[in-house]
Amino acid sequence: MTPDKIAWINQLVLLTAGFFLLCSFGLIAASQVMGCLRIYVMQSLLLAASAVLLGIDYHSTDLWIVAAVAIIAKVLLIPFLLRRTARQAMIARRELQQVINVPMSLLIALALTVLAYYLVGPMLSETTPAVHANLPIGFAAVLIAIYTITVRREALPQMLSLLAIENGAFFAGIAIAPNFPLIGELAGTFDVLMVVLTLGVLSTQIHRLSGSTEVGTLSELMED
Amino acid sequence: MARMILFNLVQVAVVMFLSPLVVGILNRLKERVGSKKGPSIFQTYRDIWKLFHKDQILSSESTWIFRATPYVCFAAPILVTMLIPVLTSYPLFFAFMGDMIGGGFVLALGGFFATIAAVDTANPYGAMGASRTRMVGFLAEPVFMVVFFTVCFVANSTIPYIVQQKWVHPESNFFNPAHILVAVAFFMLILAETGKIPVDNPSGHFELAMIDESKSLEYSGSGAALMKWAGSMKFFVLLCIFLNVLIAPWGLASGTTLGDVLLAIPLIFIKILIAVGLIVIVESSLAKLRLFRITAFLGLAFVVAVAAVLTRMMTT
Repeated sequence: MTPDKIAWINQLVLLTAGFFLLCSFGLIAASQVMGCLRIYVMQSLLLAASAVLLGIDYHSTDLWIVAAVAIIAKVLLIPFLLRRTARQAMIARRELQQVINVPMSLLIALALTVLAYYLVGPMLSETTPAVHANLPIGFAAVLIAIYTITVRREALPQMLSLLAIENGAFFAGIAIAPNFPLIGELAGTFDVLMVVLTLGVLSTQIHRLSGSTEVGTLSELMED
Repeated sequence: MARMILFNLVQVAVVMFLSPLVVGILNRLKERVGSKKGPSIFQTYRDIWKLFHKDQILSSESTWIFRATPYVCFAAPILVTMLIPVLTSYPLFFAFMGDMIGGGFVLALGGFFATIAAVDTANPYGAMGASRTRMVGFLAEPVFMVVFFTVCFVANSTIPYIVQQKWVHPESNFFNPAHILVAVAFFMLILAETGKIPVDNPSGHFELAMIDESKSLEYSGSGAALMKWAGSMKFFVLLCIFLNVLIAPWGLASGTTLGDVLLAIPLIFIKILIAVGLIVIVESSLAKLRLFRITAFLGLAFVVAVAAVLTRMMTT
């Protein structure tokens, strides 16, 4: 490849990384369940885009298969399964509850990003530009998703954050281990699909029994 | 030298006389998207013309601030026009006077005068709108600062003529995340600062819900005309900073003949029309946010701007 082309690919890798980080912030700021799902799908698409670009960069066909698996499982199957199993909670047009309000949460998420950057920093001494972008941002996405789980008070957004943790881990992973055995990726993805199916059914059951999936209000016992 | 001064005057004339047209096109397009007929694109000119021919009524309670404000508001965007690249990609005669931060201060001065003039008349709606504008303003302030930090970080300069070249040399720099994210954050700022829909409804005439509009509520006659004109010029100048400094210097004249500079006018106008189309899409597809959700909107803009700095730090 010509140096000019390499420069282009590097910039595009960085750009997908930047938008990936924004999607993590979006998961905190979204005010409805459908919004959360859309942002999750967008984040998965960016993961796939990053895998394609890194595939070109590292000459690794494995990464293209990773991208294809990510699109099939995360962009198509997971939204489909969630709509099938937890339809009611999915399309409810009410505002989500949060323990800490959105602007404050965003600032905390920013602090987590800086933290991730400083934790990963020492590992970045002599690596490619792609690792410089994907490793800290993937790590930050994991931290932000964990934070999102703790502040959200509803089951479905928490579940989507759980899936976003997995996204973040993969985002960091594809940069540092481009030739990771494909079977690992496949196993991970099917695990995620199972998790979605189980949690979807579970949350519908909870919704049927207690009338809501707001985790914050589930701590008290019901009186019949 | 004389030619540079002439080009500067051409820039000022372009901003003064094209800005009402841009606002007119924006209003017309928005109505068309809402499947209404909409006012003519020249309506803003007619409004300003009409207002200049009417008498001005001044409240007996008001002081000199109320009288001076239309002139300050009118002069601020014109001063900024002399500092920024509107038509040319090389600095003109007055460009040495200030950088982007200086331009920001001058625009803020106009906003400050408009706010205290709104309080000056003792009209309750004026003070209410003024305090809301200040709320949006102080939430937007940190975003402005971080955007400027990022720009300094990338270009090692705050002079707009140096910054704009940095984004396209080499061409792949255009897709640098710092560039795209700064542009996104600044676009959100333009929506907030000029009272566009997710923050404020520019076509609403209900005093209790107004943010930007209520500041000029007490003005009549030539004062109102100047305020209206100043508002459209501020919008135009912000779009110029956004498009020419923060996006790319494409379409700007690099030659030094008068023909080159005049050719740049339609090119810049096309760029502005594209940006106006984007604003129309945003305004037609979103609903106005509740007052206390504005913090979330500008918080998001802040996060986008800081993400720009962070991705920049990661890659150097």
